[in-house]
Amino acid sequence: MTKTLPALTLLAAGLAQTAGAEEINALVWCDHADPALIEPFEMATGITVNLKEYEGTAAGLAILEQSQPGDWDVMVIDGVDVGRAVDAGLLAELPADKLATADFFPELVMPEVNTRDGKTYAVTEKFGYNTIAYDKTKVDPADMEDMAKITSGKYDGRIAIYDYYMPVLGLMQVASGGKTAEMTADSLAALKAPLMALKAASKSVGDVVSSQTALATGEVDILIGGGEWLTAVLASENANLDWTIPTQGAVRWSQSLAVLAGSTKQDAALQFVNYITGPEGQARLATSSCYWGMPANKKAGDVLTADQKTILRWDNQPDYLARSQLYPVPDAALDTAMQDLWTEMLQN
Amino acid sequence: MTSIQTTERRKAFAFVAPALVWVLAFFVVPFAVMAAVSVSRMEGRDIVHGFFLDNYIRFFADPSLFKGLLISLEITGMVTVISVLLAYPLAWIIAMQVPARWQRLALMLAVLPFWTSYVVRSYAWLLVLGQNGVINKALMGMGLIAAPLEIASTRTASVIGFVHFFVMLLTLTIYSNLIQLSPNYARAAADLGASAFSTFRHVILPLTLPGVVTGAFLTFVLCIGDYITPQILGGNNELTLPQLIMLQLGRRGDFPMASAMSIILMAVVTLAYFACARWLKLDRV
Repeated sequence: MTKTLPALTLLAAGLAQTAGAEEINALVWCDHADPALIEPFEMATGITVNLKEYEGTAAGLAILEQSQPGDWDVMVIDGVDVGRAVDAGLLAELPADKLATADFFPELVMPEVNTRDGKTYAVTEKFGYNTIAYDKTKVDPADMEDMAKITSGKYDGRIAIYDYYMPVLGLMQVASGGKTAEMTADSLAALKAPLMALKAASKSVGDVVSSQTALATGEVDILIGGGEWLTAVLASENANLDWTIPTQGAVRWSQSLAVLAGSTKQDAALQFVNYITGPEGQARLATSSCYWGMPANKKAGDVLTADQKTILRWDNQPDYLARSQLYPVPDAALDTAMQDLWTEMLQN
Repeated sequence: MTSIQTTERRKAFAFVAPALVWVLAFFVVPFAVMAAVSVSRMEGRDIVHGFFLDNYIRFFADPSLFKGLLISLEITGMVTVISVLLAYPLAWIIAMQVPARWQRLALMLAVLPFWTSYVVRSYAWLLVLGQNGVINKALMGMGLIAAPLEIASTRTASVIGFVHFFVMLLTLTIYSNLIQLSPNYARAAADLGASAFSTFRHVILPLTLPGVVTGAFLTFVLCIGDYITPQILGGNNELTLPQLIMLQLGRRGDFPMASAMSIILMAVVTLAYFACARWLKLDRV
């Protein structure tokens, strides 16, 4: 009896704890799957975060479509696609006064993306650049400052293209002196010739892993569309990989975090949002083992180490932010036209 | 009908029922759903159900999409022919030259690469075929080439990756055919004055054709529907039909178009089946 009683007490305590434990389900990108990011939140709050990774907004929306309201509580989404999710009625309004946006880089609050009719539906959590990544021992770094030199013929067969139509077409638009915000299905025709020329000069078109492998193994020396998100995670193994923003500019990507409208755990979901967008969460997210990126919250700079800030080019951000343009935000027609052009390029 | 006959019929049905339910649940119903979705259309980002042939018309009218089918057929054709040409001698050696007690070990060694992950194997090939890969370093080290060969991220790389896999499959199907062949056929041909080549050409090859065709058909089906190998090894420099289907799903969210392209892929496989039906002996695999 003396042995049984403590065991039963422990069992009862365990059951009580299990019954009281809260869980949230999160649809995320691979950078959130790093235990170093999630475990501190779970330990501090007792909230278990069940993660499901996805790639591409279409895939994420398809998962939501096949789920019941309430199945998912939070979602990471491409900044440019927040409006699409709001249109579909998928996102819950966030209490703007409880978000940490006052500590953000001003350019990353992005009300044009995260708010609709004065209501906030998402918050930017991470950003970076789709620009030029390269091996500095194999190319002339000065050439990398000019898009025209990269495609001049000097590096033919040594270039890979990141296989995502949105940033690379945006980069082509920027390189041609245009603005990503002014892209239309008609203006896209002007990008066809330079895009096909870029393809002809390239060795491969690859996803994140393929592009990283190609650059890291020396299969190619330049990656169009790459940036810190691709090279930073390899910095410790291959210090020769570098990135820059050419004089013409680059495209800025951002990812947002949102609470889903059907969630029945809005408070826990908001706690998660606040952790991820707070200084500690931001620093951990910025240096996730899957890929690195700049934190939207400036106060993450107090948590990041000097080496980490060097890799992220922390001190260059004012200049980079000024010289980069947001991803194009296409409507359905432009999106279709961009994907048609991209498919044609791949098959060319 | 007697009660015995009725009971027998019920028993027979009971035996067949699980297989029928399986086929209905996992083939007929999904296929019907896919066929229905394939005649829907996208309007903006919404699927409009109905009976529209837009997706099929677009597939054959858009060169970028139709080219995917041609590329798939070209790659699959090359892979099937090369795999057969490599697997037949290998199966022949194992079945006819290797002592019976070592055949099991020889077969196990032949299919050893099956034990590794498909994705890992493809990435391993990428490292072997790359500019700084084993092949280029060896050739340059021997002074046979001055500059590295461009093999990775090409169709050749996809074909090599496929052939590596399918030679194993074909070796098994051809071996299983060869091993069933009585040595008396060859002896009889030799007694009648046939040369070794004539014996092979007129006796052995026709008798082993079912194994060859069965393996070739399985190679065709698995290769034309494969997405991983060309995605990793082909460098996205040309897209096969399965890659284009994945583009419709993952990037465009265009389920009607993806369904239409999948139906077309199934139609191609069905045509291949009818073309091979005369020789197919799937029960011998």
